[in-house]
Amino acid sequence: MSLSVDIAHRLGSFDLNVAFEAPAGVTALFGRSGSGKTSVVNAVAGLMRPTSGRIALNGDVLFDAKTGPEQPPHRRHLGYVFQEARLFPHLSVRKNLAYGQRFARPGAERPDLKTIADLLDITPLLDRRPGTLSGGERQRVAIGRALLSAPRMLLMDEPLSALDAARKADILPYLEAVRDSAGIPILYVSHNMTEVARLATTVVIMDAGRVVKAGPAEEVLSDLDLVPMLGVRDAGALLQATVLRDHDDGMTELSIAGGTLFLPDMGLGPGSRTRVRIMAHDVILADHRPEGLSALNILHGRVIALRDGRGPGVIVRLDCGGDTLLARITRRSAQALDIAPGREVWAVVKSVSVARTDIGAG
Amino acid sequence: MSGWLGPAEWQAVALSLKVAFWATLLSLPLGVLTALALARGRFPGRQVLNALVHLPLIMPPVVTGYLLLLTFGRRAPVGEWLAETFGLVLAFRWTGAVLAAGIMAFPLMVRAIRLAIEAVDPRLEQAAATLGAPRAWVFLTVTLPLMAPGLIAGAVLAFAKAMGEFGATITFVSNIPGETRTLPSAIYSFLQVPGGDGPALRLVAVSIFVSLLALALSELLAHRAAKRVAGR
Repeated sequence: MSLSVDIAHRLGSFDLNVAFEAPAGVTALFGRSGSGKTSVVNAVAGLMRPTSGRIALNGDVLFDAKTGPEQPPHRRHLGYVFQEARLFPHLSVRKNLAYGQRFARPGAERPDLKTIADLLDITPLLDRRPGTLSGGERQRVAIGRALLSAPRMLLMDEPLSALDAARKADILPYLEAVRDSAGIPILYVSHNMTEVARLATTVVIMDAGRVVKAGPAEEVLSDLDLVPMLGVRDAGALLQATVLRDHDDGMTELSIAGGTLFLPDMGLGPGSRTRVRIMAHDVILADHRPEGLSALNILHGRVIALRDGRGPGVIVRLDCGGDTLLARITRRSAQALDIAPGREVWAVVKSVSVARTDIGAG
Repeated sequence: MSGWLGPAEWQAVALSLKVAFWATLLSLPLGVLTALALARGRFPGRQVLNALVHLPLIMPPVVTGYLLLLTFGRRAPVGEWLAETFGLVLAFRWTGAVLAAGIMAFPLMVRAIRLAIEAVDPRLEQAAATLGAPRAWVFLTVTLPLMAPGLIAGAVLAFAKAMGEFGATITFVSNIPGETRTLPSAIYSFLQVPGGDGPALRLVAVSIFVSLLALALSELLAHRAAKRVAGR
């Protein structure tokens, strides 16, 4: 299962020219607003016709400027979750959910309304009307509606951007559930790094209508070249971890490639795969193993590279027994500790500094 | 009501209701298509169509009536063809009154429906398309229900206008009792004879009553439809 996009489009002074592959899992299109992300998704959905190029899903050509007419949106069978939900106001939640069911591809595995409603926790809302729903509820119904049309792929254009932080945190687990149960590729547009780090398996970074970088999430997020673009405050590495055990004092012990991590309990059972984002500004470096610290996580690693920021800071990329970690420290500290590629250091991470929203199901 | 109204008066009221009903019903599908073309269409000649639709609103009704007579009269090309092919005679018949009333009411109807279509969020139609719905289905299940309030308003407006149409009707189909003497023609006729003030006033009362009833009905229906469209 894979979507391949290679399109160019001119709209006034804006010039879009992108090519990328979206394999199975969640592919995040990340970039600031105006970078052309929504245009790409609209082109994939068939709501916008690019000037030139080609879009294909598993070899099925959705659009090819050279070979003539493209597939109309209703024949593409791609579920689209819009930023503003776009529920049909005159229909009940149940009828909204069922709207696309009759048009499912013949032979497609049709999800059952009850199963989807339970997955997204919207069963109590079925007889309500969209006008009476909260923003988060509306967005969950929109996700369910898209899933129930038995799509070959799911397109999501900033589905959480209209929600406040608390609502976002509420919906992220549902999105993880969709990602892990739907078994179809998801193209996820976002300008929020927390969402991307939580959900994405592949990340495509866009800027001014161009793809700046594309690849596996762990790789892209720890790329020092991208730090100035992604924003130094948002810099952080993504770690794959497995829950070892939950301790009585509310801590969870996780195993990562370079050792163990203690993080606040996140209610996942032992053995479950998780992904953890450790923000670069939450990592302290030491030139010897520190003693007598309150911080619970001390990882041994080696400096791979470092890069000067615009301000007084530098960002350091570490290899901790196979995991990549980013640390943001001052240039003064870097000089004092003699930080250079190859240098062995200890990285210190406070357990409580890892935000709940930065820990998700792997 | 038939006791209070004389037979001639009752005849005029019934005829007007019949004419207005058919004029509204028959022009409604065409009105929706025209409004769609004007609101959403991108074709050369859109402005010409727009002007053509609005013409009856601007021209003197007598002119419209005379043009109808020139086109649909018994010896006129279209009129003759209709009579020979379908046996449909319009001039000096109630069917002609339907045509005259329909044409005069058409601009008002199209304007109201066009506003309703322009108020429908095309992004909802896009959403329906991404869910697999073909265009015709999207129109029937999303566009049409969402424009219902404006559609109702347009139909009621057209009905009221058709009830009151006078100039084009009397020019095209004359003022024949029982055939083309509609409510306004009847009021006019009663005012031409001595002692006709009583029946004329009764018909005026009926006119006002029917207008108010239509307005109340449309308000009620539009209110319901608007509530549905708002999603509550």
